[in-house]
Formats: sequence, C-alpha cells, structure tokens
Amino acid sequence: MPHPIAGRNVSSSGRDGWGRALPGGIPALSRRTMLKGLFGAAGLAAAAPVLAACGGGSGSSSSSSSTDTGTVTFGSNGSDVAPKSAYAATMAAFTKQSGDKVKVNTVDHDTFQNTISTYLQGTPDDVFTWFAGYRMQFFASQGLAHPIDDVWAKIGANFSDATKALSKGTDGHYYFVPIYNYPWGVFYRKSLFQAKGYEVPTKWDDFISLAAKMKSDGLVPFSWGYGQGDSWTPLGTFDYLNMRINGYQFHMDLMHGKESWTDAKVTDVFTHYSQLLPYVQQGAAGRKWEDAAQALVAKQTGMFTLGLFVAQQFTNPADLADLDFFAYPEVNPTYGQTSVEAPTDGFMVSHKVKNLAGATKLMEFLGSGAAEDAYLAIDNANVAINSQADTSKYNALQKKSVEFISQAKTLSQFGDRDSDPGFVSNVVEPAIAKWLGNPSSTTSTQSTIESQKSQYFTS
Amino acid sequence: MIPTTLEAPATRRGGKKTPSRRVRRLSRRDKLVLTLMVGIPTLAHLVFVWVPTIASLLLSFTSWNGIGVHIKWVGLTNYRLLFSDYPAFWPAIEHNFIWLGFFLLVPTPFGMFLAYQLNKQIRFTRFYQTAIFLPMVISLAVVGFIWEIIYNPDTGLLNSLFGTNKQGNYIDWLGDPHLNLWAVLVAASWRHAAYIMVLYLAGLKGMDPALPEAASIDGANAWQTFMRVVFPSMKPINIIVAVVTVIESLRAFDLVYVMGGNNGAKPGLELMSLLITNNIVGEAPRIGFGSAIAVVLLIISLIVIIPYLVQTFRKERVR
Amino acid sequence: MTTSEVAPPRTSWAEPDRPVVRRKRHVRPARVVLHVFLTLTAIVWLIPLLWAVYTSLRSYADTSAHGYLSIAKALTLQNYENAWSQSGLPMYFWNSMLITVPAVLLTLVFSSFVAFFVSRFDFRVNLALLMLFTAGNLLPPQVIITPLYRLYLLIPLPDFMNPGADVLYDSYWGVIAIHVAFQTGFCTFVFSNYMRTIPKEITEAALVDGASVWRQFWQIVLPLCRPAFAALATLESIWIYNDFFWALVLFSTGSKRPITSALANLQGQYFTNQNLIAAGALMTAIPTLLVYLLLQRQFISGLTLGANKG
Repeated sequence: MPHPIAGRNVSSSGRDGWGRALPGGIPALSRRTMLKGLFGAAGLAAAAPVLAACGGGSGSSSSSSSTDTGTVTFGSNGSDVAPKSAYAATMAAFTKQSGDKVKVNTVDHDTFQNTISTYLQGTPDDVFTWFAGYRMQFFASQGLAHPIDDVWAKIGANFSDATKALSKGTDGHYYFVPIYNYPWGVFYRKSLFQAKGYEVPTKWDDFISLAAKMKSDGLVPFSWGYGQGDSWTPLGTFDYLNMRINGYQFHMDLMHGKESWTDAKVTDVFTHYSQLLPYVQQGAAGRKWEDAAQALVAKQTGMFTLGLFVAQQFTNPADLADLDFFAYPEVNPTYGQTSVEAPTDGFMVSHKVKNLAGATKLMEFLGSGAAEDAYLAIDNANVAINSQADTSKYNALQKKSVEFISQAKTLSQFGDRDSDPGFVSNVVEPAIAKWLGNPSSTTSTQSTIESQKSQYFTS
Repeated sequence: MIPTTLEAPATRRGGKKTPSRRVRRLSRRDKLVLTLMVGIPTLAHLVFVWVPTIASLLLSFTSWNGIGVHIKWVGLTNYRLLFSDYPAFWPAIEHNFIWLGFFLLVPTPFGMFLAYQLNKQIRFTRFYQTAIFLPMVISLAVVGFIWEIIYNPDTGLLNSLFGTNKQGNYIDWLGDPHLNLWAVLVAASWRHAAYIMVLYLAGLKGMDPALPEAASIDGANAWQTFMRVVFPSMKPINIIVAVVTVIESLRAFDLVYVMGGNNGAKPGLELMSLLITNNIVGEAPRIGFGSAIAVVLLIISLIVIIPYLVQTFRKERVR
Repeated sequence: MTTSEVAPPRTSWAEPDRPVVRRKRHVRPARVVLHVFLTLTAIVWLIPLLWAVYTSLRSYADTSAHGYLSIAKALTLQNYENAWSQSGLPMYFWNSMLITVPAVLLTLVFSSFVAFFVSRFDFRVNLALLMLFTAGNLLPPQVIITPLYRLYLLIPLPDFMNPGADVLYDSYWGVIAIHVAFQTGFCTFVFSNYMRTIPKEITEAALVDGASVWRQFWQIVLPLCRPAFAALATLESIWIYNDFFWALVLFSTGSKRPITSALANLQGQYFTNQNLIAAGALMTAIPTLLVYLLLQRQFISGLTLGANKG
C-alpha cells in the first residue's frame, strides 16, 4: 500500500503536484482508519516530510489537516435571495453549535454548474453544494469528491434507505449528504378547477380529455416554456411519461445509456408526448419557465408540469394557498403512479478538502434535523429529507409533497441528474427541443440521440 | 528628404529608402532596454495565447474529460464524429456564415454610411455619435438582456405592440428556429453598426478632406464621390473593417449565450463558439471533441486572417 | 536621410482638432434631409435602451398588473436601490476595477513598447512580431481556454498574491494576465500604425543628440501618441470591463468575479424580476459610459487606424 497520508498532512501549499483525482484509489474507509491510527501516533509531524518525499504517487489527493483549523469553506450555488439567506442561517446555526466558522463562497447557480469541473480541480472549497444521483456519482468516480462514510455512520439513522442509496457513489461509499428535495407534479389552481368543475385526472385518457375540455373552455391547458437556458423543462414530461409507460428501471437504464433510444418503447413515449402538444402554450421555445408560470398565476393556463419550485412564482399568499398539484397520470397499469421525480440537493466534500475535521463536523451537522429546520425556515419551496426535521410549520404544499414523496415506490432525480450531464445538455435536450418544433420527426430524433450516445457512454 | 505630398495618402510615392542601419548606433544599454520592452510582452503573448492554442490543437486528437491526466490519443476520431455524428455542427457552420454575410451586407455598410455622414461638418454631430455609439459601450451580456425584454413572447415590446402575444398568433422571436437567428442578428447589428461607425469615422478623420472636395468640384455626386474617391483611398481602414466584421461574426458568442441559453444548442441558434463552450466548459466536458471544433474555427479564422495579414504587412517589406 | 511615404501632411497626431474649413455654409435641403435621417437613426438606436430604462423605473407590481406596454402609474428608483443592494453591485464594481484598470494600463504599456520597436527600428523580426501579435488577437478565446486553465493551475503564485490558492488560477493576476496578453495584439497594431505617422526625423534628431532609446520612447514618442492612448484606453476599458468569458472559467470564488456576473446573480433561478435586472444591467454600463464620455474628444482622432499610410 502506498503512503496515503503523504499528500494530506504536509503540503502547506494546499495542493500536491501529482495525485489529484485519480479514481479508484484506496478504499476510503481503510484509508481513514489508517490515518486515524497514524495521526494518533506521536511524532508523526516530524516524519511527515519523509513520507511526503515518497508519497508522490499515492491515490490520495487532498492535503487536509487532521485537526480542525476552525474555519470550513463552503462553495454554494445558492445565489438567489431565498437559498442564500437560508444557507447563511444554516451555517450560522452550525457556528453556534460547533464554534467553527464557515466561509461561504457563493457563485451564481448557472456558473457554478457549468464550471463545476474546473472548480473542483482548481481550488475548491471544503464542502460544496451539489445534486444527488448520477450527477454526484460522476464526480465521485472521477475522484473529485471525498468519501464520507464516517459522517454517515453518525447520521445514517436520520434517513430512509432510498435516500441512503442516493447518497452513495458507484463504489458503494457515501459521498453526499442531502438537505432537501422537491417533487415534480402537475400543478394547478384549486379555485379554477372548482369553478369549472374539473376533476383531477389519474389516467392518461382523462388527462387528455381534461386538456381538451380546458381548450374548449377558452383556457390554454398547459403552461409551457423552455426558452433560453430552460431547455431542461421538457425533460420532466419525458421522464414521467417514460416511467409511466416503461417503468422506473427502463427509464434509469435508458438514462444511463444501457437501453437503446431507438427502442419502440421510447417511440411510445414520444407518441404520448405528442398528444399533449396541441394543448400547450405557444411561443414556448422562446419563453422561460418563469413566464410560463406567470400564466398559471394569472389563470390563463390550467396546468403546469413542473417542480415544486414553481411555488416561488406565486408571490401573493392567496395565490399560493390556491396552488395544488397532482401525480402524473397513469398510462400503463403495470407501473401505475408509483414513481416520483424528486430531485435531491445536498452537499459533498471536495477531494482537496483542507480542513477535513471541520468539514466532517459540518457534514454531520448538515445531516441533522437542526440543519434542515434552519434551512427550511427560510426556503419553503422545498421539503426536508431528514426524518428528524420539524414538519409542523410546513405549508399545505410542503405537507402534500412530503406525503407524495414518502408514498413513492421509486424516486428518480431528473433527466439531467440521472444521466451524463453532457449527454443530456448537448444531445438529449437539443434533440427534444428540435422534436417539439417538429413532432413528426420522432424516428430521426431517436436515431440522432442513439447514435451520439456512444460518445458519452463507453461500455 | 522627399517633400511630403498633398495628394491622396493612398497614392503611394515610389520612394524607396536605403535602410539606414540605425541598429548599429544602439548602445548596449539601449539594446537591453529594447529587448526587455519587446521581450516581456512577446513572452507573455506566447505563453498565454500561443502555447495554449497549440495545446488545443494537440488536444483535438485526444479523448479527455478534462479531469485528471487520463488523456487518450484517438487520432482523427473527434473530427470524424464532428463531421458525421454531431447534428449541431453543420448548422453552426451555416449560421456563422449567415452571420458573416448579414454583417457584411447590413450593419457594416450602414455603419460606414453613418460615419461618412457624420464626418461632414454638421451640427449636433457629437450627439448623433454618442447616441449611436451607446450600444458599443454596454456589454454584449447587457445587450442580450435588453433585447430579451424586447423579444419576450408574452411581455416583450414587439409582441405587445403587434398584439402577437395571444394563443394562436404568437411570434416566437427567440424560439422559432427560422426566426431566432435573425432576431439575434438584429440585436448584434445594433451594436456592430456602432462599432463600424466609430472605426470608419476614425479612418475618415485621417483622410485628406481635399479629396472629396476635389471630386465634388469635378461634378461627381455624393455616391460617386464616395465610391470612386473616398472608398478606394480608405483601403487600410476598409481592410480593418472587413476583418473586424469577419472576426466578430466567427467569434460571435456572448449574445447568443445570453439570449439563447447556456446549456446545449438551441435549434436555430447553433454557433461554433457556443458548441466549443458547451463541450469544453460544462459539467462533464469533452475537451478533445470541443478542441476539435475549436480547431475548425481556428482554421476558418486563419483562412480569413492570413490574406489580411499578408495584405497588410506586404508593405512593410517594401519599406 | 530620406523618409519615403506620405510623410504626414495632416497626421492625426498633429491635428486632433482640425480647423473647420467650411464654416460659412448656407443651409441646403440636403443638410436638412441628413439631419432628419441622423435624428431618426439616433432615435431608433436609442429605443432599446430607453425601453430598458423605462422598464427599470417601474415597479414589478405595476408591470405585472398592467403589462410592460402601458403608461406607468408611478416611476420609482426602487429597482436601482434593490439591484444595488441585492446583487452586491458595489463589490462587483470594485472587482471589475481591480481587473480593468491594471489590465488596460498594462496592455497599453506593453503594446506601446512593441509598437515603438516595430515602427521605429528596422529589425528583421518586425514583420513576424507584428503578425504574431495581430494573429493572436484574432483567435477565438474558446480555443485557448482549456490549456490556459491547466497552465494557471501549474503556475505558482506567492501566498500574498492569491491567498489560499497559491496558483494563478482564481486570482486577479491571472485574469489580468490573459486580458493583457490577448489584447496587446490589437493595441500593438493600432499603436504601430499611429507611431508610423510620426516623422522619423524627430527621433533621429534625438538620437543624434545622444538620447537613449528609453528617452526617445518616453519623452518623444509617447507624448505624441496621446490621442491613440485615449482611443485605445476607451476601447480596451469597454472590452475588458465587459468580458465575462475569461472570468467565467478562471475564477472559482464568487466574490472575486467581475461585474458581468452580478447580473447573473440578479437573474434568479426561480424568480425573475425583469424590472430589477433592467436596473442592474443599466447600472453596470455606467462606468464604461463615463470613460467614453470623458475620452470622447480624443477617441475618434486617436483611432486613425493607419489611414495615413498607403
């Protein structure tokens, strides 16, 4: 076994010359166990330079100190007002509890996402915000994240098995601590449904006939907008249709590049999708989803397939109280409505963590009910994952969301989180956007995606 | 000493000069100073611009996700995929050339025309100049935003004016793949015309005013004066304007990045620079593939730059 | 001693303010048409900006109730106040200054050095040098970015220059360096054209007097290039201040980023207030506007991009 400690105790410069991010290194647990033992031993500090000299090739890449230096750095994509102050409150709670300071580095969410790879390889913060699912596993398997099994040994009891699975990398180690999730569903206005006598559909045919009825009533049945940076929004409908028609497992396999996009099952998804298109709001390719949501606020549209975050567009409390959602309707009875799309956000520790002890403490705190409460007290467009969280102050939507998610048999993350992000943003999203403009091109759309797939998934 | 001529600056006198070997007169200290004055900027330029460019060229033959050191040599695979299996590529090339054609035909001549008019000694010229130059002062990101609130399908100025923001008659300026490139081009032209106006105005100020005067005394009308006298005498600036236009067209990025969205290509708005960015800067980058697109763009740029450089610097040799 | 060429009869360095030759002109119909045309063009050019200004002066409640194309009930500066405080604009303004001022100065210094060299001395390398710089400036930035990022991670920086990171990446130095390296090409090109219009006799006389190269540059050539400096300072300030591509990739710390990213902060992930963004967007343009207005007089005359050479 090489000398895993070498890189981490010594390099005062904060980076080592070699071993950044070599995946598949030494199993994290054993490494840590060994570390603990070694650091316990007296005189290690003196020996460190010697170790450093021969540790160049080790799989370890961080240069963290064994002792908590009192400050943890935290890279946040929460640049909006709500998450920004929610994170600030959460970190303040941590400081109060532990005495450690947290230095927050906020980068606007788009930039944060687009530059995550250069960020993690450059000078990342100790702890950073990220998303569960394939998107997390990708960076974990590239060696850019630090395993946190020790954190989970303490916080594990607070989370369900499904959440635990979401927090593990492909190597079976934990890399992620979730803070909240939010469900996707079909949002509507209760008062509008009441006034017009609409009923919440549970079956696909009812869904379509409801849309037809709305149209004949002079409403636009679906809010619709995927303009500018929002080309991810049509994926929500795609994901749900795929899970309703072909089941969760097929959907995951498709997103992971294991199933063929030219499969007749996928054709079926597009066929159903195209049945919705006569009922959607026009001008969608140039409309941001926020503007589409405004049509729902103004009751010009009847429904909107989106995540719970749509609630943030309802700035008037009365409107917000009038907002409700239902599960995406069943298409294939085999799969019913059992799958829910519930993207999960949370935290990871970077592989170049400088204050590992502090970061570990912070992660443990973030996995506690207290952290959840501090966060959700400010950002109420999400729901807690932690079973210790206080749900008594939830609004109606949040309460429903919790119930909705807990009843699901399987949870998906979202198209761009359950798959290679490059594949989704450079292949799938443009292909679907193009298809929406020309729904008769299903066959060529499928083959376009399939032929480019091999560039991203090498089996 | 040859007396200076008052004729058109463009008409070259054939004065050949005997190279005066001034170099020899330089002291050692002078030489050191000169070396430093030139050496430092040149070194910086080479290290930060040319070395990375060459590295990109090499990377285009590799497969690399930008993480760690797992760079694999794949030969021409990226180029093969690019040409045969990347649906956004050919549209991007097409759009870049449409962009170029439009720029050369519309805002560039218009900017030149404005400059020519503003160069006449007229009142309020500073006001006109400033008003038209304003778009040049603000960043393309802000230009993008300003046009967003004009093109917005529901609340934008255009659709509100035309009443085309109702179900059934939407004009989707930025979404319709047959329309969005043109919508963006209008916004881009707004700025580009200002840019060209300023460049050309600068050129005109340096021109001998006796020229057009002589021509108008000879009875040429404004158009003839411009085409026969002014335009040819402005050859150096014309070249610069042409090159600036070509480069701005090929490099077009910020505006579409803002107006078209920054993840993945939007149908109708595929551009080379955007595809490079999508592949190189992103969550799961494909550096080799993105670099291959960059190299294609580089080659197209060089095809444009080289004749320009040859043209511009040929004179140097004669001196 | 011979200089060839059109030694400048009216080189721009000599005459930023050319006497107006034809002052006494009677008003001709053509002039009227011209004024009408220019006025219309100016208005058309201003409309998008004015629309943004109008939007920024209205409250969100007003526009969401009545639409954007409506008469404002009340005009307010509230959006400006909010944008100023919410997006951290003051901090980003300062960051942009930290990048733009040194970058513009260094670019001008470097490029005037090189231009002085290629325009005043006959070395064999001149042509190659000028071509190198000019071609470099025309490269698309995306071509460079990946290797540059890697390079920046390898170049060490003393701790006091970039606390916590110790490399060129995520430092102002790095972003300034690439701006300087990249923009030097264009400025060298303009400067060399400009300097060529300065009669060689001037420096030659100095040389005969025994002036060193540095003195020739510093005391003779440089003062004559003032208009070119003004022009390039304006253009470069605009370009460097407005850049967001380099900053996008070369910074990882949010609070170090320049003004262009403040806009992104205003453009919320879940809630977008156009009126607020309009206010923020317009405010970001103020510094470059000021620079332009201040240097406007020299701006055009300094940009005589080689019109004097044949």
